Amino acid sequence: MWIGALVALALLAAACAGRSSSGGSSGEQVQVGLITKTETNPFFVKMKEGATKEAQAKGAKLLTAAGKFDGDNASQVTAIENMVAAGVKGILITPSDTKAIVPAVTKARDKGVVVIALDTPTDPQSAVDALFATNNYNAGLLIGKYAKAAMDSKPAKIATLDLAPGITVGILRHNGFLTGYGAANVDQNATQLATSPQVVCSQDTQGDQAKGQTAMENCLQKSPDINLVYTINEPAALGAYNALKAAGKEKSVMIVSVDGGCTGVQAIVDGKIAATSQQYPLKMATVGVDAVVDFAKTGKKATGYTDTGVTLITDKAQPGVPSKDTKFGLANCWG
Amino acid sequence: MAKVTPAERAEAAPAEAAPSLLRRALALSTLGPLIALLIAVAFFTARSDRFLTGGNLSLVVQQVMVVGTLAIGQTLVILTAGIDLSNGAVMALGNVVIAKLAVDSGMNPLLAIAVGLLVCAAFGAFNGSLVTGLRLPPFIVTLGTLNIAFALTHIYSNDQTISNLPSALTFFGNTFTVGGTDITYGTVLMLVLYVVAWYVLRQTAAGRHVYAVGNNPEAARLTGIQTRRLLLGVYTTAGLIYGIAALLLIARTSVGDPQAGATDNLDSITAVVLGGTSLFGGRGSVIGTLLGALIVGIVRNGLQLLGVRSIYQVLITGILVILAVAVDQLARRRQAK
Repeated sequence: MWIGALVALALLAAACAGRSSSGGSSGEQVQVGLITKTETNPFFVKMKEGATKEAQAKGAKLLTAAGKFDGDNASQVTAIENMVAAGVKGILITPSDTKAIVPAVTKARDKGVVVIALDTPTDPQSAVDALFATNNYNAGLLIGKYAKAAMDSKPAKIATLDLAPGITVGILRHNGFLTGYGAANVDQNATQLATSPQVVCSQDTQGDQAKGQTAMENCLQKSPDINLVYTINEPAALGAYNALKAAGKEKSVMIVSVDGGCTGVQAIVDGKIAATSQQYPLKMATVGVDAVVDFAKTGKKATGYTDTGVTLITDKAQPGVPSKDTKFGLANCWG
Repeated sequence: MAKVTPAERAEAAPAEAAPSLLRRALALSTLGPLIALLIAVAFFTARSDRFLTGGNLSLVVQQVMVVGTLAIGQTLVILTAGIDLSNGAVMALGNVVIAKLAVDSGMNPLLAIAVGLLVCAAFGAFNGSLVTGLRLPPFIVTLGTLNIAFALTHIYSNDQTISNLPSALTFFGNTFTVGGTDITYGTVLMLVLYVVAWYVLRQTAAGRHVYAVGNNPEAARLTGIQTRRLLLGVYTTAGLIYGIAALLLIARTSVGDPQAGATDNLDSITAVVLGGTSLFGGRGSVIGTLLGALIVGIVRNGLQLLGVRSIYQVLITGILVILAVAVDQLARRRQAK
C-alpha cells in the first residue's frame, strides 16, 4: 500500500509549498480568487505577482488557478466553482473563452461573489461586475498609426501574425492595427478579423515564438516583398524577426507589436522591433484585488470598465504619434 | 500490492470461477486507487472544514462528470490493448454539432442530440474499422481522427462559441435536492453509465470477451471469439459514450464550445491508469476508472480549498500516474513468473 503513503506525502508537500506562498489562516481573512488563462505566460505571472503583493498589503488571502492552455474553458469553470466553495469574496478572471465562461460567472455572482474580468472582457461584457483591462483595439490603433507615420507613404505589403481563431483579444488588436494604419476601417465591435488589399498574408501563431517564426517563413514564401509585419505579441514578433533575419530582410522590414513585456522592450532597444503598445497587467491585478477587498469591507461592488491604459514604446518617435522611449518601457515592463 | 491474488487472476482469466460480486468490485486492482482516494479525502477533511460537505462533494462529481464519462469509453478501448487519443476531439465535435443544429438550424433539440450521438458513434466506428479492417495501430488511427475531428469542429463552428441553447439541451445540468444537497442529473447519468459498463464487462459474454481479446487476441480468436466484430463494437460503443459526454459537457457549460476537450484525451487516460487498468490490455476495471477520475477531481478541489496553486494538482497527478503504471508493471512481472 505504498501508493497510499506516497499520495499522502505528495499532498503534504504540496500543501506546505502552498502555505509558504499564501501564509496565515483563512479564519476571518478576506479571500480573493485569481484565475488566469495559463500558469506560464509572463503576462499572467506578472499579474499574479501584482495580486499577491496587493493581497499581502491588504491582509487578504489570494487563491490562484489557471487553465492548462489558452482557450481552456473547462478548467476555468472548475476553478470558479472551487473558489466559490472555498468562500472567496470576489474572483478576478482573465476569461479564456469569453462566451463560454458566462454561465459559470453568473452562477458565482448569484451566490454573492463579485466577479471582475481582467485583461479580457466577457461576451457580453455585462456578465461580470466590472472590467479592468487594456483597450486592445486602442493598443492596435496606436501601432497602426505609428506604422503609417514610419512608413512615410511607402506602399505597404502587410503580414499579420495573429493569435488564434475566434479569440477576441486577437481580433481587437488586428482590427485596431488595420484601422490605425488606414488599411481598413472597422469598429471595436467587429467579431471577425478585418481584411485589406494591403494585407498579403495572415497567419495564426497562438502568440508563440516558434509558431511566429514558421508563420513568417510561410508568409515570405508567399510574398517575399512584405515590408510591414504586425504581430499579436512580442514572442510572435521575435519569431518573425528570426525568419526575416534568416531571409536577410531584417533591416528592410518593420515589425510592430503589442504587449510591452521586458523581452519585447529589450527587442526594441536591440532594433528588432520598431514599436510596441505596452500594457500593464500588474496594475490590472492591483486594482482588482483592491476592488474585492473594498467590496468585503464596504459591500460596494466595482462596476463598469476601467481602462488600465496603453503606452506606445519606441526609440524612433514619429511626429503626431505620442510615444515614450525604451527607458520608460523597461522601467514599466513585465515578465 | 504487487502480489497476485486469486481475485486478480480471475480478472485475467475470465473462464475461472467467480467470487462474490462485492469481492469482484473490490478486486485488487481497484483497491489501490480506493485507498488513495480515501487518504486524499481524509487529508482534505482534516485540513479544510469546507471539504467534507454534501455540496462540495456533489460539486467534485459534477466536475469530473465529463472526463469521467469519456474515461468509460477509454477504459473499454484500453482493455482491448488499444488506446483512444481522439475522444476529447470527438466529444467537442458532438458538442458543437448538437448546439449548432439546435440553435442555428433550429432543429428539434432531441433530434439534434440524436444527430450528435450518431456523429460520435460514427467516429468510433470509423476508428474501429481502421483498427480492425486495415489493422492499423490504434495510437496512429486515433491520432489521425483526433486531428480530423478537431478540424471539423473548427470548420463547422467557424470558431464561434454557440450560446443561448434551448433548455432541453441543458437538462442534465439541472439539479434535484437530496438532504439539502443539490445533485445534477448529469452526475446520475454518469454513475448509471458506470454501473451499466461494469455489469456488461463483468457479467456478459461480450464483456468477458473484451478482456480475452485484450489479454491475447490470437488465443481469443482461436477460442471462437469474433475479435474483429468485437473490436468494432468496442470502438463504436466508445464513440457513442463520447457523444453522451458531449451532451454532459453542454449541460455543464451551457454553451457549444469548439475549444473544449483539448486535453481530455490524456485526462481520460490518466483516470483509466490511476484506476489500475493496464495499458497493455486485458486487466482492469471500470470502477477503478471512476475512482481514478474522482482522485483527480478531489485533489484539484481540495488543493483549491486550501489555497494551493493549481499547478501542484498537475504535479501530484503526474506522480500518481507513474506510481499506478509502476504498480501495474510489477503485477505483470509477478504474474509472468
